Order: sequence, then C-alpha cells, then structure tokens
Amino acid sequence: MLRRLAERFRDRLGPESVIDDPVRLRTYECDGLTYHRASPGLVVLPGSAEEVAFVVRECVEAGVPYVARGSGTGLSGGALPRTDGVLVVTSRMRRILEVDPDNQRAVVEPGVINLDVSKAVRPHGYYYAPDPSSQQICSIGGNVAENSGGAHCLKYGFTANHVLACEIVTPEGEITTLGDGPGYDLLGAFIGAEGTLGITTKITVRLTRIPQAVETLLAAFPSVETAGAAVSAIIGAGIVPAAVEMMDALAIEAAEAAVACGYPADAAAVLIVELDGPETEVASQFARVRLLCEEAGAFEQRVARDDADRALIWKGRRSAFAAVGRISPAYIVQDGVIPRTALPEVLADIDRLSRESGVRVANVFHAGDGNLHPLVLFDDAEEGAGERAELVSGAILDLCIAHGGSITGEHGVGVDKARYLPRMFTEADLDTMQMVRCAFDPPNLCNPGKVFPTPRLCGEIPRVRKGSPDGELF
Amino acid sequence: MFDSRPVTDEDAVLGVRPRYVVEPSTVAEAAAVMRVAHEEGLTVVPRGNGTRVHWGAAPRACDVVIDTRKLDRVVEHAAGDLVVTVEAGLPVRSLQDVLRTTGQQLALDSPFPSTVGGLVATAAAGPRRLLYGTARDLLIGITVVRADGTIVKSGGKVVKNVAGYDLGKLYTGSFGTLGLIVKASFRLHPLPEQQMYVATDGRDPARRVRALLHSHLVPSAIEVDGDGTVAALFEGTAARSRAEEAVALLGAGATAAGAPPAWWGRYPDGDVLLEVQGKPTDLTGLLTVRDAWLRGSAGSGVWFLGTSAEAAPRVVAKLREHLPTVVRHAPLELHETLDLWGPTPALSLMRRVKDQFDPDHRLSPGRFIGGI
Repeated sequence: MLRRLAERFRDRLGPESVIDDPVRLRTYECDGLTYHRASPGLVVLPGSAEEVAFVVRECVEAGVPYVARGSGTGLSGGALPRTDGVLVVTSRMRRILEVDPDNQRAVVEPGVINLDVSKAVRPHGYYYAPDPSSQQICSIGGNVAENSGGAHCLKYGFTANHVLACEIVTPEGEITTLGDGPGYDLLGAFIGAEGTLGITTKITVRLTRIPQAVETLLAAFPSVETAGAAVSAIIGAGIVPAAVEMMDALAIEAAEAAVACGYPADAAAVLIVELDGPETEVASQFARVRLLCEEAGAFEQRVARDDADRALIWKGRRSAFAAVGRISPAYIVQDGVIPRTALPEVLADIDRLSRESGVRVANVFHAGDGNLHPLVLFDDAEEGAGERAELVSGAILDLCIAHGGSITGEHGVGVDKARYLPRMFTEADLDTMQMVRCAFDPPNLCNPGKVFPTPRLCGEIPRVRKGSPDGELF
Repeated sequence: MFDSRPVTDEDAVLGVRPRYVVEPSTVAEAAAVMRVAHEEGLTVVPRGNGTRVHWGAAPRACDVVIDTRKLDRVVEHAAGDLVVTVEAGLPVRSLQDVLRTTGQQLALDSPFPSTVGGLVATAAAGPRRLLYGTARDLLIGITVVRADGTIVKSGGKVVKNVAGYDLGKLYTGSFGTLGLIVKASFRLHPLPEQQMYVATDGRDPARRVRALLHSHLVPSAIEVDGDGTVAALFEGTAARSRAEEAVALLGAGATAAGAPPAWWGRYPDGDVLLEVQGKPTDLTGLLTVRDAWLRGSAGSGVWFLGTSAEAAPRVVAKLREHLPTVVRHAPLELHETLDLWGPTPALSLMRRVKDQFDPDHRLSPGRFIGGI
C-alpha cells in the first residue's frame, strides 16, 4: 500500500518530495522527545496546500494514517510518525507570503521558522510575540498544532491569542479557512489540537509592536521560598511583567557549567524579571519590582544595561534544558502547571520526592504563570534508574493535578502524556473533546493515537454534504 | 424537581414562546433539566439576563427556556493567582464588584447588564478587546451541560494549560447551540491605577488611528465613531503621561480626559445592528457606507453599523461584497429576507460539530449560522 502511495506522490509532487529510503526515513523517527521512536513508512514534503490536500486524500482513500511534522522540536511526541503511515513534512512550505504592518498582521506558510517572522517584520517596528525556547528552529505550523507559549506568554498569551486565521487541509483532504468568518470558533479548537484535526497550510498571525522600553533584572535569593515570595509580591502589586523565570541551585549549576552565564554562585534561586512597554510605565514599575525583590530577601540584583547584557542574563535560562546534560548523563524534561500561589508548597513536595527517591530534580520554571519544568536527572547506564526517574516525573504531575493545575502548560500531551489525561479529565470530558475529532476526522487517520488514551468510535460517519450550498467564499 | 415559573410574553425568544421556563439554582439541577429535555425530546434555549437574546435568528422551536440567573455564585476567586471561577448566571457587573475589592477585574466590556454565560455564549466584547482580547482569550476553563445532560469540562483554572482540546473557545460564541454553559473560569487582570481617554475632533480618522496603533503608547482601546471622532484609552501607572503624549502625537483637536466620550463602548443606534469583522484599514471605506452609522474598535478591525430596517438589505449586501458581515439583530420581519449570518468558510465542518454535540438539534435550533 505504502509503495503504491509513494508512486502516486512521486508522480504528482516530483521524486525529490518523496522519501522511502529506510536510512533517510530514520532521520524522521522522533521529534524533540527522543525516547519515543518510530521510523515513518513514508515521508512526503509537499510544497503547497494543494499538494498537502492531494496527499491527505490519497491517504484517506487508502485508509493509511498520516502525521504532520514541522521542524520536529515538539517535546511530547506529537509528531511521532507511524511505521504504517505517511509523515507529511511542511519544511518546504516556508514562504512569508505577506507582511501588512498597517493591519498588524502577516501571512506565512507553516514551515516558516518562528524567529524568522520576527526578523521579517522587525524593519516595520514589529515582532511575533509567542517565543518558545526553540524559536530559532521551530515552525509556525508546529506552534499552531501545539499552541506554543514561551517565556513571554505571561503577558502576551499563547499562539492561540496571536493567530487570526488558518488555511487548513481537513482530514478529508479539503482546503478551507478557519477564523475568517462568522460561526463556531473552529480555529480556537484547531490550535493546540496537536495535529489531530488537520494540517495547517497558511497562517495569518498578529504582529506586536516592539516595546519602547525593556528592563531585565536578575535577582539572587537565599532560598526558593524567598524567590517565590518575591514573585507573589510582584503579581500582588498589580504588575504584569513580560516574563518571570526562576531557576534553582541545581539548574544554576548546570547552566554555569554549560554557558558560564555568571549567575551569583551562592544563590539558592535566581529570578529573571523582565518588564516591557512604554518607558514611563516600565520605569515606575521596575523600581517597584526591585524594591519588592529586596524586601523578599534578594541579596544581589543585576540590571541589564543593554541588549547584550540582557542576552547574557537570558542565556543561562534559555540553555537550561540542554545544560543539564553537563551534570547528568540523562534527564526527563517535565512540564506541569500549578496555581502560582501553590509554588512554595509544591517545590517543597518536589524536594521531598527527590530526597526520598534519591533522584535529583533541577527546577526551571516560568514562575509568573506557575508553569514548572522540573528536570528529572538519571544515569541511563544504571539499571532501573530510568524507571525511577519516570516515577518521580509522574509523581510531579500528580502534585500538579492535586493542586488544581495541569499536566502540561506548553509541551502538549502527544504520546507522552495521553495516559495522564484521564487524571485531569473524566471519561465524559474526553469523550466530548473527541466529538470534535469525530466531526473533523471520522475515520481517525489524522495523527491517530495522540492526545487521547482511548480513541472514541465515531459511529456512523456523518452525512456528507458535498454539493449542498456550503457558502464557501474562497 | 426544580423551580419553574409561569411563562409570560417576556420569556419569548424572538417571538417564540416557550412552554416552560425553568430556573435551576445548581449545576446538578441544570443537568437534571437537560436530561429530562433529552428524554422527552424537548427543544431548549438557554438565557441569562436576556440582553442579547434578540441577537441571532429565532429558534425553530422552543419548548424550554433555561433561565440561568439563579446560577449566580462566585465559586472561587483565587486572587493571588488572578483567576476566578463563577457560575454562568452571575451578572458580569456583580463579578466586577467582587473582584474590585482585591484590585482586580475581568477585562471584558459590556454596555448591558449581561450574565457571564451570556457574554461567553455571544462572544460579545467591547473596546478593550484591543489589549486584552475577548472572552475566548480570557476564558481558561468551562463547564457545560451537554445535550444529553452530562456535565463536562474543558480547560481548568490555571492560565497556562494545553491538556486536551480547548473547547472553551468552541463554546464561546456558539449561541447555546452546543450545550448549556454553567460555569466558567477566567484569567483576571489588575485594575489599572489610572485610566485616561484621549479624543479627537472628526478630522482625518484613518491617519489618527494609524498613528495610535503604531505608536509605542500601548492603548487599551482605539475606538472610532461615525463622525470621524477617534478615542483611545490608556491604562496603567503612568496613563496620564501617555495620554499627554498621545495628544501631542494626534495634533490639534485632540484632548485628554478622565472619562470616555458618551458613545464609548455603546452599539450605534438603529433598528438593525451589523457587525463586520475586518481590519483597521477598512475604516476609510466603511465611513463611506451610506444610511448607516459606523462605530467600532478601529485598532482591532471590529466594526458595528447601525442602520434602518429600510436600508438594511442594501447596506448588508454592500458590506458583504468586501467583508464578513453578521446581522446581530433586526426586526423579525426582516429575518426572512436578510441572511443574518452570511456566508462563511468551513460551514460543513460546523454542521458536523453540531451533529456531534447535539445530534437531535434540540439546543437553540435555528439560532445560529446556516440554520444550525
């Protein structure tokens, strides 16, 4: 079946757009979550919406599952291929089609790199606000699938708040537009559906004015509790920083070893607080932030003098995940959310978990919105260590749920966390979500097996309304 | 089993008088009502304070009106987390009163005394959508009673959350056609220390909107009225100085004040109200539309036009040549001739979503786009 599909795709898309050589297929066997691997049955690299639609229609006709993939930086296995299926890679669709600063929007193809949008619009005084740590390589299409956030989403929101419309290829291979007319907010359901509701082929993004002023503070604290108290005080004062990031001693140690970021060596925790906006606002609020940090017990505060300084402060934070490789042979990057006020309690619990199990946990997080990224360290050469780390990692998610939080703030459910989803939602909740999937993808061929632990049978395939007046505008 | 009251003309939804009006006072009661309706095959139309119940099309049938106003509790206000969970029948103004005591707000404007559920179901938003977004952007969790009476939730009570599908956005603006909204959780914002408005005379509105939009001043709202007046709102600890900068930027005819112009945040007058989804640069063209009064969120490109019953068909046809245009409300006699919702892409997907959520088409039947 796949061999026949490969022929069909070669005929239509050209030989260079189809990969079926086993060695080359292995390049695509995982995304950023490397411990789930599967070599795709076939890879296609369509160059247009029409080609994506062709590929999808062929797959549906053949009853073959397909998975879309952008840059493959996802951290939950959302783009994990199917050995019996087709991987649709959007990397050839990387044109910025339109920049419209007058209306603060741009239109891009799904393979465009997140940071390249900002680069393209910077001459007009704009940028694209969602800034996942992988923004130098991740694609906008992938961002749409995962509803990606980033350090600055505390103030500016997520991908869903910055995408105005998407052209998509539906799971039945039709090209349509979401968000460009009245009716149900299907765009809102599509963004963050982790590629299970179709493949986006064109995205209209909202552009944000580059702020007049930015101030960045690095504050060192004698404990994570005092750092947490500073965060609460800042938010409690009615200040909405652009970002508030926290790292604990172990994470600082790792970052220091990797990139020599020069954070105060004796800090038990550091906060990075960034404010942006009109100069007058930033000036008055920044003074208050510094005061609040001092009152909470900060023993050292460094203010970035210029952009280079700012980059240095951020360097430690941005490199934190990879840096942990310097102090541990292997690690799990966890992603959970708690109400911000539960931070001290949950951190104490994580610390207890760590001590009881002997598994080290480095904490890096978006403290402003309670999004934890505990890095659970282990030695993969040691027997059973991976399993023990996995247990601690899962227990941290239980803590998040117990405090009314979430099992994922930005990495998504994918294959990695599908089994945890029923801890947050009832069967009826999940069944209701899958009603949307059934509406979009009755045969369940579009990225199947992701997000939901148990697929819902869609029952009778809804009446096809082809030929009925649909009111399509385009 | 639950409170119901005698049906009066007031309870009619666009002329369709229900057989029953029930007033559940708990989520469990609301679910019980929905279950009975499911078992008996009754059509259901939810309503809150009825401030926008005349929006959309008349229901094809309406056996039961579920009046949500007794579902009016603040379930949890986690002030330190800037999050609130409330029942759907709570008036937005009552919610704001509660939040104000801790210096917080739900950053959603409504000129009417709407309920939270009504505001979500109609996706209504006001001037400050420019900075804060609309209900879809502020809603972080929702509890809904499904057509079969099952209570289900999506999202949660933390702002950052990508676990499962985000159905909150789907229910937002669904006009009661997918389920009965019973609870909602929102992200909150601090109340600003200062609020300052800047208003201009009617000259050169497009240039002025552009100047504000592309300035560094971060207005919370940029509104335009039909005579070309542009007004902007600045909020923050230094809103006064930013307003002064805006006055200087806009030139002669601009003034700053602590209160908004009288028309701020109100829909334009007229028997017929139209809403156009467009872009900021549509302003110039929209100001030339005859027999209609324009008012809108110029910075977001969301426009309202008030017009007469007589002019409406022509105005709607004219607008739809260029932009998606929804007739928000119109006299009933126009409903037959005006396509209230207008064309839209992906209508077949919308129908299939409806079929999944409400296979018998008993929830607000006919109220929504394409007869959904």
